[in-house]
Amino acid sequence: MIYGGGVDVGSTQTKAVILSEDRKIVARALINTGANVSMAAERAFREAAVSAGLAPENVAYVVGTGYGRYKVNFGNAQITEISCHARGANLLFPKTRTVIDMGGQDAKGIRVGEEGDVKDFVMNDKCAAGTGRFLSNAAETVGLSLDKIGPISLEAKKPVRLSTVCAVFVESDIMSYLAEGKTVPDILGGVHSAIAARTVALVRRVGVDSEVTFTGGVSRNIGMVRALEEKLGLPVNVCDDSHYIGAIGAAIFAVERALGGEIPEGPSKLSQTAKPASPQPGAGAH
Amino acid sequence: MAQVAAKSDYQGRIHNLQKDMIGRYYARLTAAAEGRGDKAIYMLISGNPVELIEAFDMLPVYPEVNALQLAAKKQSLPLILAAEEMGYSTDNCAYVKADVGMYFAGRKTPFATIPEPDLLLCNYVGCNVYLQWFEHLAEYSKGPIFNLDVPFYRTDASEPSEEDLHYVVKQLEQLIEILERMSGKKLDYKKLQRIMELSSETGALWSDIKRLAQQRPTPFDAYFDSVMMMAPLYCLRGTEDGLRFFQEAYKEMKQRADNHEGPLPEEKFRLVMEGPPPWPYLRQFRDMFSRWGAVAVASTYSTVGGIWEFGFRHDPQRPLESIARHMLQWNLTNRNFLQRYKQIKDYVNEWNADAVIIHSVKSCRLFSAGQGDMREYFTKQLEIPTLLIESDLEDPRYFSEAQLRNRVDAFFESLEHQRMVKK
Repeated sequence: MIYGGGVDVGSTQTKAVILSEDRKIVARALINTGANVSMAAERAFREAAVSAGLAPENVAYVVGTGYGRYKVNFGNAQITEISCHARGANLLFPKTRTVIDMGGQDAKGIRVGEEGDVKDFVMNDKCAAGTGRFLSNAAETVGLSLDKIGPISLEAKKPVRLSTVCAVFVESDIMSYLAEGKTVPDILGGVHSAIAARTVALVRRVGVDSEVTFTGGVSRNIGMVRALEEKLGLPVNVCDDSHYIGAIGAAIFAVERALGGEIPEGPSKLSQTAKPASPQPGAGAH
Repeated sequence: MAQVAAKSDYQGRIHNLQKDMIGRYYARLTAAAEGRGDKAIYMLISGNPVELIEAFDMLPVYPEVNALQLAAKKQSLPLILAAEEMGYSTDNCAYVKADVGMYFAGRKTPFATIPEPDLLLCNYVGCNVYLQWFEHLAEYSKGPIFNLDVPFYRTDASEPSEEDLHYVVKQLEQLIEILERMSGKKLDYKKLQRIMELSSETGALWSDIKRLAQQRPTPFDAYFDSVMMMAPLYCLRGTEDGLRFFQEAYKEMKQRADNHEGPLPEEKFRLVMEGPPPWPYLRQFRDMFSRWGAVAVASTYSTVGGIWEFGFRHDPQRPLESIARHMLQWNLTNRNFLQRYKQIKDYVNEWNADAVIIHSVKSCRLFSAGQGDMREYFTKQLEIPTLLIESDLEDPRYFSEAQLRNRVDAFFESLEHQRMVKK
């Protein structure tokens, strides 16, 4: 059996996936990226390999993706997360024609072909409005952890209207709503609705065709899933692996290249120092 | 998704000739600044009427060229910040800010000392900011200003109206009167006609050079290498030196074309580029495309000063009318959006391009507004793969390498995939 590795180095978290030649996900790893991007990439990859019961050097081909892809020094190739999200979404939801990816600093819309190929894509401007960072600033302001705000936003009765789309100024907006006595669910409902509206407007530039698959870290937020569905008027595909879709796509490219005979030569470029972190509970066990 | 290695900039014979000739032009600027040179006429690139300036042996000064030189030499940011301290907005055109900053820093640059203006000839009014730029310079320098009101190309007619032509010709006559007063001599009509001949031949050679890029591989990059030929086109057009430069350039490019030499080891993608380059990061920007084997075969930026490749020539028999046509019709910036679409479409078809890249300028809303629609038009209606990216032509703060590279890489990944599927 041939195995391929995909490492998606995002601005906030690094994801690694090991895929077998029959396109089965055999292991996952998730760690915080932190300041040392190369180290994070290698740790995530080693952790995934160990969790798959493989020696890292027995993974035939590794593809790096995400903003830190050029820091995946031990990898064999780098491919943008745009191509990887399209391929990953195609594996998990083969009828995907539109991918909405929301990460820590990015929001993207990707129009996807039948084979998971990129037909067109559009990304947010150089501004963190409408990304995960907007949500984490909002969560911090209301004093909740990031994983709580989605479910609470669903309890909104009269979502507030935010006067800003700026991830920095949203804090003062929220403070003034709190001072007015608005409830936290109504404020969070407004936050989710504002980001969903902005993202849908972005994605409509490439055209929205069904099915729509939601990827990236923010796809774990149920409040955002519902807000996007409401704005789109369409159901949105998500699953436990949505967060890993970039890494899965990278691993698909890796397996294809390994099977296509693009086996790299020379010794492994893995460093001797990076050791797998203690596995996070649940990682690799979906 | 193999990527070919990038190769260095074009460094042929004309590279040195350009350095030599533009070096002498800058020496003329410094001489004028030191009070021992010709009268300095500030002008804008768009459809510049440099022929009239040459006819009076005066010196054209282009604040845009100076600003872009400052950016290319990584000198622009402190000057931009100085202008912002004066009160210029962050969103204001960064060319203006760098120039104003430079003006108050004593007009000294690493390439020349820029003379005070003897006349501020605002020859392009399509941009309101440019109009005010020259008005500010007039206020700062107490120099005289002449606003040449060129009507915008506002209909879909293929020719400017007789009224518009007449309107511009009348203003050129007024300008001649001003230049006569400044120089103390009458316009030498025969000399102007000779200058028009030189411009006409120069335009023909420039057009021929651009048409060489229709070959496979193109002998030069029609965006990044065209830039080298633009300074001679604006600063030396209408002179013997200018003509000699383009004769040499044509010879060299023709030889490269005959030998099937291109700017890259392998030409994989042929591009049409829209918008000016990010001058502070020209090298990095070029590499983003070179590493994919992508080369520009045509660019709209190289037509800001004039469009010659579709047949326009200066006419020695009707000098003022042809200068007016140049200003009204035959330069990119005075054209409306539908004409800009058509120009790009013609490049794609006649130069056999695979894709269009739009580099949008953050501090220029006038020229960049509408580029989102442009992308839609090419992508959806004509089905030509089109990438829209954004930074700035002058302000290094808007250049985010990781973000740009991500978009560029993803674009070429998908082009490679589409090509693979077609095979």
